[in-house]
Amino acid sequence: MSESVMSDPSTLEALEREISAAIAAAASEAALDEVRVAAVGKKGSVSELLKSLGRMSPDERKVMGPALNGLRDRVQTAIETRKGALKAAALEARLATEKVDVTLAVRESPAELGRIHPIAQVMEELTAIFADMGFSVAEGPDIEDDFHNFTALNFPPGHPAREMHDTFFLPPDAEGNRKVLRTHTSPVQVRTMMGKKPPIRVICPGRTYRCDSDQTHTPMFHQVEGLVIEKGAHLGHLKWILEEFCKAFFEVEGVKMRFRPSFFPFTEPSMEVDIQCDRSRPGEIRFGEGNDWLEILGCGMVHPNVLRNCGVDPDEYQGFAWGMGIDRIAMLKYGMSDLRAFFEADVRWLSHYGFRPLDFPTLAGGLSA
Amino acid sequence: MKFTYNWLQDHFEPSASFEEIVERLSLIGLEVEEVEDKAKALSAFMVGEILTAAKHPNADKLQVCSVKVGEGAPLQVVCGAPNARAGLKTVFAAPGTVIPANGMVLKVGKIRDVESHGMLCSARELGVSEESEGIMELPADAPVGAPFAEVIGLNDPVIEIAVTPNRADCLGVSGVARDLAAAGLGELMAPHIKRVEGKYASAVNVRLDFGDTPSLCPAFALRVIRGVKNGPSPEWMQERLRAIGLRPINALVDITNFMTFDRNRPLHVFDAAKVTGDLVVRRAKAGETLLALDGKTYELDDTMCVIADDKGVESLAGVMGGEESGCDDATVDVVVESALWEPINIAQTGRKLGLNSDARFRFERGIDPAFTLPGLDLATHLILDICGGEPSEVVLAGAIPDTQRTIDFPLSEVKRLTGLEASEAEMRKVLEDLGFAVSGEAPVLQVSPPSWRADVEGKADLVEEVVRILGLERVPATELPRDENARKPILTTLQLRSRKARRALAGRGMVEAVTWSFLSKAQAELFGGGAPELALSNPIASDLSDMRPSLLPGLIRSAQANAARGYPDVALFEVGQVFAGDKPKDQFQHATGIRRGTARPSGAGRNWAGNAGAVDVFDAKADALAALAACGAPVGNLQISLDAPGWYHPGRSGTLRLGPNAMAHFGEIHPAVLEALDVSGPLVGFEIVMDRIPEAKAKATRAKPQIDLSPFQPVKRDFAFVVARDVAAADILKAVQGADKKLVAFASVFDIYEGPGVDADKKSVAVEVTLQPRERTLTDKDLEEVAGKIIADVTKKTGATLRG
Repeated sequence: MSESVMSDPSTLEALEREISAAIAAAASEAALDEVRVAAVGKKGSVSELLKSLGRMSPDERKVMGPALNGLRDRVQTAIETRKGALKAAALEARLATEKVDVTLAVRESPAELGRIHPIAQVMEELTAIFADMGFSVAEGPDIEDDFHNFTALNFPPGHPAREMHDTFFLPPDAEGNRKVLRTHTSPVQVRTMMGKKPPIRVICPGRTYRCDSDQTHTPMFHQVEGLVIEKGAHLGHLKWILEEFCKAFFEVEGVKMRFRPSFFPFTEPSMEVDIQCDRSRPGEIRFGEGNDWLEILGCGMVHPNVLRNCGVDPDEYQGFAWGMGIDRIAMLKYGMSDLRAFFEADVRWLSHYGFRPLDFPTLAGGLSA
Repeated sequence: MKFTYNWLQDHFEPSASFEEIVERLSLIGLEVEEVEDKAKALSAFMVGEILTAAKHPNADKLQVCSVKVGEGAPLQVVCGAPNARAGLKTVFAAPGTVIPANGMVLKVGKIRDVESHGMLCSARELGVSEESEGIMELPADAPVGAPFAEVIGLNDPVIEIAVTPNRADCLGVSGVARDLAAAGLGELMAPHIKRVEGKYASAVNVRLDFGDTPSLCPAFALRVIRGVKNGPSPEWMQERLRAIGLRPINALVDITNFMTFDRNRPLHVFDAAKVTGDLVVRRAKAGETLLALDGKTYELDDTMCVIADDKGVESLAGVMGGEESGCDDATVDVVVESALWEPINIAQTGRKLGLNSDARFRFERGIDPAFTLPGLDLATHLILDICGGEPSEVVLAGAIPDTQRTIDFPLSEVKRLTGLEASEAEMRKVLEDLGFAVSGEAPVLQVSPPSWRADVEGKADLVEEVVRILGLERVPATELPRDENARKPILTTLQLRSRKARRALAGRGMVEAVTWSFLSKAQAELFGGGAPELALSNPIASDLSDMRPSLLPGLIRSAQANAARGYPDVALFEVGQVFAGDKPKDQFQHATGIRRGTARPSGAGRNWAGNAGAVDVFDAKADALAALAACGAPVGNLQISLDAPGWYHPGRSGTLRLGPNAMAHFGEIHPAVLEALDVSGPLVGFEIVMDRIPEAKAKATRAKPQIDLSPFQPVKRDFAFVVARDVAAADILKAVQGADKKLVAFASVFDIYEGPGVDADKKSVAVEVTLQPRERTLTDKDLEEVAGKIIADVTKKTGATLRG
């Protein structure tokens, strides 16, 4: 390489054009790297020229130094720029091949598929409401004896009210006593009063049985009863509790209630309770509005004989009790039309009327929010 | 209990409107079930007069009638009734009217080419009677164009009330009237019943003969009325009976029915000519039968009370009379019976024979004993008025029971039990209006219930009388203050576990079912149940006969039912009770689930990203562990034994236990069990006994133990052990973990291999071990040492060799 070539600016320009063209032509990062080595690598064309600076006169160096350094910097910048462009293009090309059809369905989350049965859900709703008023939850056996299911509850033997219960019987034992499937959850009240001194506030949800079957009766169903035994507890308190319950359960601002005298052997006075509703829309009942009445529960002051039978002095303590069908209030609130479907385990029905596993009923969040 | 508004007014002069009375009935405890106002419902049907009736030109059985309905021109109506004839006044329905019996809307139409502008109606089509013999025949003086219902006296609304078992006194219209009057809706009319003087001694006598068994008849009164003329009862009586759904028969029978509903005093009439000798009231003898008035023959036994004569049983006491001695139009001398019966015995007899009657319904609830003789007199008056005749003296066997009793009634009880503020005067008036005798002075009154209120026993009953008549709406809703329990946890451990298990299982994609507590004996036996003490004596169906020993059969059958509906891949669970015996301690709470088909936790059925395989034992195991963990069971410490019950596949099932405490089973359901249930698989399931999960120890603080976060990187090492095929993976992992409890943080099996390169009776188990140093970084020497220890321990415990 002659001095004149080195010092000829037009030669440098030609070299730069040549390198620029090679950079532009490099189609891959590997090809670009070859260009880089050929230009600014250890033995690259620009590097060789830079090495020659040392042999130049100071005057020449003054001119050629900046020219060569500038060339090297521009080449390096161009390579970096080109490298970035190639990388981006390569990524673009890869992404173009990686397209999937995101409209394809994902596997549903198990938590979306699972369901809680309406009966279990409503039991939790009831618990949330009554726990807030200081009630605890009591339970008892489904197979009961005559004493707990009838006698303690002031059902005289042979009384028509006893017959009205359509009782399921188990075979007589050696003494001729027959166990029964409890016809109501009231025996749990008996067990509670016999096992604990007042004051008592409990709700007793559970399975109950009567040998009866049609669209509105199944041989097995669910009831919840409430019991308060304490000094001074009277009918007015019962009214208040039931009003609070109806407002909370049906999630309405207010609901008119109608108390009608009725008869149950275990309460005196006894009442049935109707709540205000609107049935003017076909297939739909709304509560807390309208001019219609719907019976939802029975209640009363615990009969003095029942208190005595359970070892509670009726002149010292008093109290009240109420009972209603869990399945029934579930149907009223959530609009199921046929009781039998509750027990048929049809997954279509359960998926539709059931509740998601994370739908916890809380008062804070709204029971069925 | 049904009555009409006019009927009510026989006993009561209303000061309130009909609507108020209907509303108040419910509010004083006589719940109105229905008010039927036929006049309103039938207002479109008018009196029409047939002017001419000519044979239809194209039909033999039809006539073309010209019917005058009102002012306008007569209308042409085609009619098929044989009794359609000129001059007949009948019921006409214009086009557009809906026929009550079938809901048909009338249109102008052609019947065999002749136009018909309406319809002439039968009683059946109008829903006023079952009779369908031709069109209705109205009285000749019925005004043409008037609503026919008014003409035949249907403009008297029928009220139906539900009477609770304690209020037998309201099974008569007079009792209802008394309650309404007490509630201030009008004036009670209770005219004195004049005693009937007998003209002669009765030729028929009666005696009670119960031998040395308890009497079933406290009192039996009768009288003969001779020379009666039986026949149809008067129109007013027939109308009333028809209005409440009774069929008029003849005057004597109608009078007894009328007395039953008017006064709650069931009576019976015998045709004296058909009674042989005297009457005796006694227990039936086994084998005796009675052809009753309902036309059926009943077989009697010695628990039942009958009225017999020299020929045999003539009447089933208090339930139904006999056909043989019944009264008909030929009756001349009649024996009228007014008796009292043992309510429980009447109920038992009726139940045993499956015989319901208005008399039984009343006698088993208890009727007014003091009205036995006045009732007989009242019936006598009616018979004399309607049928004539001459009454005998009364014959009475037994004695009218004395119901006189006095209850001390502290007036403060009303406020104590109900919160209602009422004055002494108000309370006294209510009780007196209801027929109670009140004496004494406040604060404690002496109250004697009337003879018709056997249900009133104590002061709580009197409180009910006072509040129900004064009005429950006057009881103020009163806030019940929260007590000290208001913010304490209120669920038992078992209740909490049940909730958590539910949410955990639903969170795994399972759907909660509630299945019957009973199943067939065969199915109970398949799952370890079927004990005789758990078989219902009166099951509702043979496949719902035994209390369930397990929740599995119900769920398995449900899965099959879903498969039959086209949903073969279902995951169901239930949390509920099972029965090992009939004592309270034999009832257990289970959480049980099943998966069928491809209903795996990761999803069921086919999917573009990979099809779900068949459910397997590990799905069931995962479900069981998830539910156990949610319930707070120490799942990390549970052992698995291979002794699941016989309804599981013996090689694909296990039991989760803590020592002797087996708390859950899981596995494939045994193929033979599926076959016996006629169910197809694949089907896996698990059962958790919630009661057996140990209670967590009570802790003094809610704070969790301090966490130990090591600053040193964990190290992973893999080992492949060759062991005999029947060595359990759990045993290998246990040995690995036992080798250095401090350092080995975790060990898991990541591969199992059987095949070439491994002896035929052996398998290779590849284990990944995570070592967590806590004091310093592990050196190569440390690692070598611990690896050596692991290998040695696994070899020692399981007979393994390290795979080369």
